[in-house]
Amino acid sequence: MTENKAPASGSILVVGGGISGLTTALEAAEVGYEVFLVEKNPYLGGRVAQLNQYFPKLCPPTCGLEINFRRIKDNPLIKVMTMAEVTKVDGTPGNYDVQVKISPRYVNENCTACGECAKVCQTEIDSTFDFGMKKIKGAYLPFEMAFPARYVLAPEIIGTEDATRCKEACAYDAIDLDMQAKTLDLKVGAVVFATGWQPYDATKIDNLGFGQVPNVITNMMMERLAAPNGPTQGQILRPADQKAPETVAFVQCAGSRDENHLPYCSYICCMASLKQALYIREQYPEATIYIFYIDIRSPGQRYEKFYQKVKDDDKIIFVKGKVAAVEAAAGGAVSVTAENAVTGEKSSQTVDMAVLATGMQPTAADAKLPGVINYTEDGFIINDFSKGGIFATGCANKPADVVSSNQNATGMALKAIQTLAAK
Amino acid sequence: MDKKYGVYICTGCGIGDALDIEALSGVAEEEGLPVQTHSFLCSQAGVDIIKKDAEEKGINTMVIAACSRRVNFDTFRFPGSIIERVNLREGVAWCHPRDQFPALTDEEKEDEDNFDRVQMMAEDYLRMGMARVEKVDLPEPYQLETLSRKILVIGGGITGMSAAIDAAKAGYDVTIVEKEPQLGGQANNWRKQLPLSYPYDTVVAPTIGDKIKELDSYSNITVSTNTVVARLAGEPGNFTVTLKKPGEKIEFDVPYPLPEEMKVDESGKELNAEQQHEKYLEYNEGRADILTFDPEGQKFGAVVLAAGYQPYEPEDDEFAHLGFGQLPDVVTNATFEAMAKDGKITRPSDGKSAESVVFIQSPGQDNDTDFEYAGAVTSMVALKQATYVREDYPDTGKAYVFYQHMRTPGLQENFYKSVQQDPGIFLTKGEVTEVSQNGSGLIVEAQNTLLGEKVKVKADLVVLGTGMVPATKDDPVVNMAYRQGPSFRDIDLFKGYCDSNFICFPYETQRTGIYAAGAVRRSMTTEESIEDASGAALKAIQCLESVNRGMSVHPRSGDLTYPDFFFQRCTQCKRCTEECPFGALDDDEKGTPKPNPARCRRCGTCMGACPERIIGFADYNIDSIGSQVKSVAVPSEDDYSEPPMRILGLVCENDAYPALDMLALKGLSYSADVRLIPVRCLGSVNVIWIKDALSQGMDGVFLLGCKHGDDYQCHFVKGSELASIRMKKIGDALASLALEEERVAQFEVAIDEYDKIPKIINDFVESIEEMGPNPFKGF
Repeated sequence: MTENKAPASGSILVVGGGISGLTTALEAAEVGYEVFLVEKNPYLGGRVAQLNQYFPKLCPPTCGLEINFRRIKDNPLIKVMTMAEVTKVDGTPGNYDVQVKISPRYVNENCTACGECAKVCQTEIDSTFDFGMKKIKGAYLPFEMAFPARYVLAPEIIGTEDATRCKEACAYDAIDLDMQAKTLDLKVGAVVFATGWQPYDATKIDNLGFGQVPNVITNMMMERLAAPNGPTQGQILRPADQKAPETVAFVQCAGSRDENHLPYCSYICCMASLKQALYIREQYPEATIYIFYIDIRSPGQRYEKFYQKVKDDDKIIFVKGKVAAVEAAAGGAVSVTAENAVTGEKSSQTVDMAVLATGMQPTAADAKLPGVINYTEDGFIINDFSKGGIFATGCANKPADVVSSNQNATGMALKAIQTLAAK
Repeated sequence: MDKKYGVYICTGCGIGDALDIEALSGVAEEEGLPVQTHSFLCSQAGVDIIKKDAEEKGINTMVIAACSRRVNFDTFRFPGSIIERVNLREGVAWCHPRDQFPALTDEEKEDEDNFDRVQMMAEDYLRMGMARVEKVDLPEPYQLETLSRKILVIGGGITGMSAAIDAAKAGYDVTIVEKEPQLGGQANNWRKQLPLSYPYDTVVAPTIGDKIKELDSYSNITVSTNTVVARLAGEPGNFTVTLKKPGEKIEFDVPYPLPEEMKVDESGKELNAEQQHEKYLEYNEGRADILTFDPEGQKFGAVVLAAGYQPYEPEDDEFAHLGFGQLPDVVTNATFEAMAKDGKITRPSDGKSAESVVFIQSPGQDNDTDFEYAGAVTSMVALKQATYVREDYPDTGKAYVFYQHMRTPGLQENFYKSVQQDPGIFLTKGEVTEVSQNGSGLIVEAQNTLLGEKVKVKADLVVLGTGMVPATKDDPVVNMAYRQGPSFRDIDLFKGYCDSNFICFPYETQRTGIYAAGAVRRSMTTEESIEDASGAALKAIQCLESVNRGMSVHPRSGDLTYPDFFFQRCTQCKRCTEECPFGALDDDEKGTPKPNPARCRRCGTCMGACPERIIGFADYNIDSIGSQVKSVAVPSEDDYSEPPMRILGLVCENDAYPALDMLALKGLSYSADVRLIPVRCLGSVNVIWIKDALSQGMDGVFLLGCKHGDDYQCHFVKGSELASIRMKKIGDALASLALEEERVAQFEVAIDEYDKIPKIINDFVESIEEMGPNPFKGF
C-alpha cells in the first residue's frame, strides 16, 4: 500500500551545465522528471572544470564531475545539449515555450574522439579554457574528461584548407562542414537558470596592473597553471619568462568589495588564495608567499580549520591591508604596494609574481537572459518563489562556493518540481 | 535467463592496426562463440549488426570489444541484454603504442619462444570479458512490500518548517516532530532577523509567525510538538518510527551499542561474543532489541533532520580574560538577543540602561579565530545586535564591534555596508585583551585596532559572539535502531555537525534516506537554512522515489542490483555488519546479518569483507571477478624460456579507471604485463581474488583506488580505507605460503593524477621482476 501518489509529470529546463546546473538537472531527473540541460560551451562542467582542486579538501573537481557524468549516462531522462543557448522563454509557470539555438560543432555523433583531426589541423587558436595561456589546434577536445567526449571544430578554421584536412583525416565521417545552426522548440513546466559566473575583467582595475605589468595573473589563471592538464602541465611558472617563482603575492578583493567594480564580496576568493598558496608551497618548499587582505573570509569550521593550517606555515605571510598599486619592477618582478590597515604604514613588497584574487561577476551582467527575470544592480537573478516557474541557482543567483551552490541547486530542483506539481 | 552469446570486435580507432584481429577472434571461436568484426562498430551499421543478431539469432549476451565503457554508453545500450565492454582501445591499443611495444615481425613469429605482449593483453581481456558474462545476470530490483511516501521532519524550527512546506508543496505528506511545546525553535527568541532577500541591507521583523501560519495552511502537514524520536527502525521507504514525549523512558527507546570500556573484563581482556552480548542486554535493559519493530510505530519513507542548534554556553572560567562568568554584564549573544527581545537593552547587574555595548567576535589571546561554532553567522549577528543598541538609544547609544575578520561573505556584504553607515556603530579589527569592572560599568581593552594600537572602551555591556552548537554534537537525535549505533557516524570529523565530507554532494552522509539541513549541518543564517531545507527535502523525496523503483541512490544512482546473501553458509562473523559504511546491515543475537537493501548504496564492501564469500550482486560477485582472474593466461617456463610476468590490478571504477582512460588519451603507457579489472570500490575487493591470482601463478597484485584519511575521496566513504586494512592483514597469509608480502600492494591515486599512474604501475612491475616469478607458477 502506498500512502500517497507520486507528484505530477512534466519537463524542466536547466540553463547552464556547470556544477550548479548539473546538480539541479540530476537531482530532478533522479526524482523522475524529464530534464533538458542546455550548455553554451561544447562541454559540461563550467567553471569547476577549469579548477585544479577544490578547497578545503584539495581534491580534483573531475572526481565529482565524473560521477555526475556517469549519472547522466545512466539516466535517459536527461537530454543534454551543448553549444546551445536559450533564446526565448515565453509563457507562465507550468507552461513555457522555449527556443534553444544550437551552434554548429561541425562534428557529429560519429566522432570516436580518436584525435586524427587534431593531428592534421595546422591552425592554432588561443585556448579560452586556459585563458589564452596555451594554443590549441583548431580541431580540439575541450579537455580530457570532456563530456560529451567529442571533438569540436573552431569556427576560425571553417572554410579553410584546415577544415578540409580535418574532414579527410576522419575515418568515421564525423566531420560535417555544412553543419548549420539550428533552433529547437521545447515545452517545459519550469526553467532554472544556472548560468554561473565569469571572472571579473581584471584589466578594468587600473591600479592592479593586469595586462600591463608582466607576471601579474588572475586567480583563475593560477588554477590553470597548477592543473596537471593546464598550459604548463601543472608547473607553476611565471608566464613572462617561465621562471619558477620564489616569492608570490596574492592581492585579495581585486575588484570585489569595491564600489568602483564589484560592490559585493565574491565569497570564494579568500579560500581560493589560501588553497593556491598551498599549491605553490607544495611545488616550491622555499617559496615565500604574501597574502594582502581586508578580512579573511573562511566561514565555518572546515574553512576556518583550513585557514589556520595555512596560517601555521611560516612561509605564508598575511598582511592586513588593501593593495593600492601593482607595478613592474626590475627583472620581470612585480612591486605590490599596500597600506597596512592596522599600523597605517605604507609598504612595498617586491615579488616574482602577483596573483589577483579577482572576483566573480554573474554571466547575466553582460548578457541578459530571455524570460521575465528580476536582476540585482549587479546582474544576479532575484528569485521570486511566490511566483515560481523561473528560478536561478548557484552563482547566477549570488556569489557562492561549490558546496553552497550545490545545496542551492539541489533545492532548486524541488522548486522546479513544485511548479510542475502545482500545474 | 537463457544466455545466447555474441562477440563483437571493433577494429577502428587504431585497434585493428595494433592487434592481430584474426588471432583475437580465434580466442572467442575457441570457446565456441560467434564473432563479428567491424571497422566502426559504434556507427549505425555496426550497431545494426548487433541488433540484427539480437533479433534474428536471439543473442542476448554481448561481449563488445571496442572502446572504454565510459564512452559510447548510449550506443551500446541494449535493454534486456547482458553487455560486457572489453576495453581494447583505451585499455590496450592507445596505452601500448606499437612504437614502444613492437609487434612481432613475421620472422619473429616463426620462433614460438617469442611473444607479443600487447596481443596477449588483448586476448586476455577478451577472455576475461567472456568469463564475466557467463557469471552475471540481469538484475531484478529489490521491491519493498509496502512503501511509505510520508516524510518525517525532525525539528520544528525555521529549517524544519521550510523543509515540511517544500515537501508538502510537491505533494508529499509530512510530519514534523518538535521537542518543545511550540514550533519556531531558536527564532522564537529573536527580536529581529537577518536580511532574507535582496538587497540584504537591513534587519527584518521576525518571520517565524508567518511561517507557522503558512504551515497551518497545508492539510498534508501534521505537527507533533513536545515530541521526540525514540527510535527510527527499518529502511528508507519503510521506516518504523516510535515517537515519545521528551524524557520518557519506553520499551522502544533505542538500544545503544556497548561502549568500548564494557567490552573487556576487569583485567582488560576482551570478552567473547557471548559475554559481550550479555553485557549489551544488561546495558540496554528494558529496551527492545533493534530488530523488534514497534507494532504501534508510524511509517515513514524518508527523513529530514533539522534539529538545529543550541547557543554555545561557555564555562565560567573559559574566557576569564573577557570576564565571562565573573562579571554579570558580560553575556553571550544568545543571552543578549533574549534580553533585546524582552525590551530595552539593560545591564543584568543593575537593570540600568546599556547604552554602550561592546561586541567581541574572537576570544583573542594571540589567536584570530572567532568563537567556536561561529561560521559567518556570528559576524552577521553582531551587526544585527549593534543595530538594537541604536534602536533603543538613538541619541546616546554606541555599539562597538571588535572583530579579527568581519565575515559577511557574498551579498551579505550589503548588510555590513549598511551598518557601517550608522555613526553610532564602531566597527574595528582588534584583539580584545581584557574586560574588567570599572565602577558600575566595564572597561574593554583591545590592541592592534583600527582606532589605535591600544584602546580602552567604556562599556555597559559586553557581548561575546559565541557560536551555534549542532544538536547532534552530544545527542544522536535521530536514534536510529541500527546495529552500528543510533547516531550519524564519524561526525567528530565535523565537530558534531551532521555534514557531508563531499564538496560535490553536500547531502551525502553515511546514512541513506536521512538528510540533514540547517544549523545541524553547519552554522547557517536563516536564509541559508531555508535554502538548505529545500535541498534536504528534495533528497528525501528522491530517496523514496528511488526506493519505489528498486533503484540505488547516490552515487550508484539507478543501480538495480543489490547484495544477495547465501545465509546457509554464514558463520556469523559480523564483518559485513561492522564494515558497511552505510550501516545497511543489522545482525541478530547470533550475528546473522539482516540486510536492509534500501539503506544500501551498492558499493560491495560487504562482499569484500565476507570471508565465506556468500554475498554478491546480480552483475558483480565473487565468481564474476574470480572467473576473470582465472581466465588470465599465465605463461610459465613451459611456454617460453623467459615468460613475461603477470600482474593483476584491481582498480576503482570511479576514479582510477577514468584516470587510466585519460592516460591512454594522453598517449602515456605502462607495462603490458598487467591485467586490470575495474571494481565498484576497493572496499568490495575480496582477498580471495588475490589468493586466486597468486595461486594460479600470477606474480603480483595491486589495488589502485582513492585517497583515504580525513579528506577521503572514496565515494563510498570507507572503501579504500577498509581495503588498506585488509591488505595489511593479507601479508601474514602470504608469508604462510612462503610468498613475499610485497607481491601485494595498494596505491592511492586521484582521478586527475593520470600522469602518475604509469610510474606507479611500472615501479610495481619492476619490483616484482626483481623478486622473481611466483614460485607457484606452472603448478
